[in-house]
Amino acid sequence: MYTMVLSISHRITGVLLSLGSILLTYWLFAVALGPEAYATAQGLLSSGFAKLVWAGLVVSFCYHLANGLRHLAWDCGWGFEKRQARASGWGVVAVTVVLSLAALAASLHFLGAGA
Amino acid sequence: MSLRSPLGRALGAGSAKSGVGHWWTQRITAAALVPLGIWFAVSVLSLDALDYASVRAWLAQPLTTVGALLLVLTLLWHSSLGVQVVIEDYVHHEGLKVTSLVLVKFAHVVLAVAGVYALLIIAFAAPGAPA
Repeated sequence: MYTMVLSISHRITGVLLSLGSILLTYWLFAVALGPEAYATAQGLLSSGFAKLVWAGLVVSFCYHLANGLRHLAWDCGWGFEKRQARASGWGVVAVTVVLSLAALAASLHFLGAGA
Repeated sequence: MSLRSPLGRALGAGSAKSGVGHWWTQRITAAALVPLGIWFAVSVLSLDALDYASVRAWLAQPLTTVGALLLVLTLLWHSSLGVQVVIEDYVHHEGLKVTSLVLVKFAHVVLAVAGVYALLIIAFAAPGAPA
């Protein structure tokens, strides 16, 4: 049952990260346009809602990365047994939690500075 | 032994031409995104601050520009293939499906061109000069 949740989560986080690529492109474009455009982008990206979006994207990135590696292992024919698939699923959850907390902790000094 | 003709068995089973290419490209871009994504995330989080000068100086370094170009192109290629599958699986109205597939492809191309353009401007404009 929970392997189904992991599977649909891979698609959901993938779509969220696709939407996040709009933000990435906007951020790069703002740098290219100059200091005024970058200040505007910083203003938009420092709102409370933007911080929530940031946290969501961090978790999505970590999950999609960890579970993506699991998928690539499957594509190589490894870990297909039900017991293995369930165990690697819990591994993905654990790695996601640890990576997300580390990344969020590492981004605190940006968030606090209003960027 | 089946009495169905080879044509009868193949009809309606879908194309055998482009599906493998899509599947393979999605995996190749996924594998490439593992090091690219980790590198980009760790690099951004390692910056002292995300102010304009620091970010611009970092992105203007040749290795950063090349890595970021690879990341943007691979990311959007992978994203385009992934969103395509999601639309094909969940949008059942034929007109809506085709329209959204085309719009999603266009959006990805626009983002890729914009991202590459931005990175090249950052790389080639003189530091501090108005873009």
